[in-house]
Amino acid sequence: MEKTYIVMAKQVPDTKKITGKAMKEDGTVNRAALPAIFNPDDMAALEMALRLKDQYGGKVVVLTMGPPSAVEILRQSLYRGVDKCVLLTDRKFAGSDTLATSMVLSYAIRKMGGYSLIISGRQAIDGDTAQVGPQVAEKLGIPQITYVEDIVKMDKNTIEVKRIIENGFATQSTPMPALLTCCATSTSFVRPCSAKRIQVYKNATTPSELMMCLMKDGLSKEEAAMQTAKRLESNGASQPIEEWDISKIDLDESLCGLGGSPTWVKQIESVVLGTTEHKRVPATDAGISELISELITEHIFD
Amino acid sequence: MTNKPTKPEVWVFIEHDGKNISETSLELLGKAQELAAKRNGLAAAVVLGDQIQYVINEVSAFGAQKVYFVKDKRLNEYHTLSYTRALHDLATMVKPEIFLFGATIVGRDLAPRVASSLRVGLTADCTDLQIGDHSARGEDFKDLLYQIRPAFGGNIIATIINPKTRPQMATVREGVMKMPERNGSKSSSIEEFVPQLEDSHFVVKTTSKETKEKTINLKGANIIVSGGAGVGGKDNFKLILDLAHTLGGQVGASRAAVDFGYVDHDHQVGQTGTTVRPKLYIACGISGAVQHLAGMQESKKIIAINKDPDAPIFHVAHYGIVGDIGEVIPKMIKAYRQRGVL
Repeated sequence: MEKTYIVMAKQVPDTKKITGKAMKEDGTVNRAALPAIFNPDDMAALEMALRLKDQYGGKVVVLTMGPPSAVEILRQSLYRGVDKCVLLTDRKFAGSDTLATSMVLSYAIRKMGGYSLIISGRQAIDGDTAQVGPQVAEKLGIPQITYVEDIVKMDKNTIEVKRIIENGFATQSTPMPALLTCCATSTSFVRPCSAKRIQVYKNATTPSELMMCLMKDGLSKEEAAMQTAKRLESNGASQPIEEWDISKIDLDESLCGLGGSPTWVKQIESVVLGTTEHKRVPATDAGISELISELITEHIFD
Repeated sequence: MTNKPTKPEVWVFIEHDGKNISETSLELLGKAQELAAKRNGLAAAVVLGDQIQYVINEVSAFGAQKVYFVKDKRLNEYHTLSYTRALHDLATMVKPEIFLFGATIVGRDLAPRVASSLRVGLTADCTDLQIGDHSARGEDFKDLLYQIRPAFGGNIIATIINPKTRPQMATVREGVMKMPERNGSKSSSIEEFVPQLEDSHFVVKTTSKETKEKTINLKGANIIVSGGAGVGGKDNFKLILDLAHTLGGQVGASRAAVDFGYVDHDHQVGQTGTTVRPKLYIACGISGAVQHLAGMQESKKIIAINKDPDAPIFHVAHYGIVGDIGEVIPKMIKAYRQRGVL
């Protein structure tokens, strides 16, 4: 039977792009200045899944939960070669912590049906928690291997991988279905978007995107909804990006969103960088020589 | 057999291999005692395995007032599924107030799975833990665990609470809690627990392992020379090695430098790397993402070298040099060598 690999991915603000320009005058970060990107560890997961498809055949499905605009990473996935995408979006999912998020994802995966592997990034760069992978595996009752560096081999029922352990690497095998998480370093190369696939999928939209577009063109909400429904019907099963809400996955509202989240955020403080004056040292022989002397006097090198 | 304790308990999962105990576990025992004292409770170590007398003695010496000895020969080796089952069953029976794990590779593999199975909240990579109250939604909560962690690449510090579920679970970053004093004369009460394990908990098999001794010790270094994305390439990174070598220091790196493959992850300083407090920290071509600053800003002296005069790194530096590291580093090496012989 053909194998299905499910990739769980997230769209995140690029927290690495924090240079002088992204700092506000009060020393806090201007989040609006940060672009939204495909989470790097998840991109490695996508590449890993596509390589499995190249080598062993099968089908890759990308699953993401987020606001309607997260569809962008799904199009990116289609351009790189995945077969199908699902966007989980619903206001009722908003405010989910990792436990609630893993609940939503696990319900969605059950809805999707059979699969051999779930692959996700180890963690997302906006929260760095590394929790969602293991929590989805627990809820689905399948084994997990985290910190995967490489796939060694796969046969009908088993996959063998190389993973990071404290001070080194281990080779481990697990029966499938199983869940793997991998780091951005796992794949030194991520395939580029294929020009041909961009032509095919650049207009792939979700119903809510289509509706917004039509409303922007001046249609009323009712008219836009009607047009959208028509378009969906004509696309039928060939719709490459599906959009699922809470009713589609049969999840009880109390298990997701703020209400389904045991962790509450009590307080958020922006980190304000100290503005203590530092000594400017000229980048000259004399300047640097004086700096070294000062450090020697203060016994810094002792 | 284990009974529900009368006092609130603060648990620490002890990561060990029978002969060595993870430093983070011992650091957490120190914090657990402090938290337990505030709650008028007990700090307890949770140790899994079979031949673990040495580990029990050590955790007692480092202040565990109680030890849960989760006994099964098959637990001598770490397996996600068997450990999850054992900890789930023990925590369900005893209901500790707080359950802490090191944010190590094992801790970050295990804690989320245990939290999910208990359907409780978990906060990752905490840098501080405190006890305090909270009022919200018309309810008052007393003596909660404040789980304090950086998020959003370290640009914000969030305080997270789990008001309604127990245990309150957290993983804690390596090196941020102070190592408690070892007192060999201390002893603790021991509770033995035999978990119900099945073959299905051991389906993930380890076929081989390659480990190497850590060649660097950033935590203990007096001098650290670190390179970032601004170094510009793997070849240029040699400058960082040269300066570190000249000054007798260790080599550090920002996450960007590691991601670009200039140097491996063992060298990473910051939120997802090592937290360091050397006497001298030289940041070369590091712009200063807060996630990096969080891991080094307590260094005694900080020198920042960067081409961008507005780089955030200068906010935490004591000395700032605006310039190209290709020119500045050779000058530093020369200046140090000349002063060194005087």
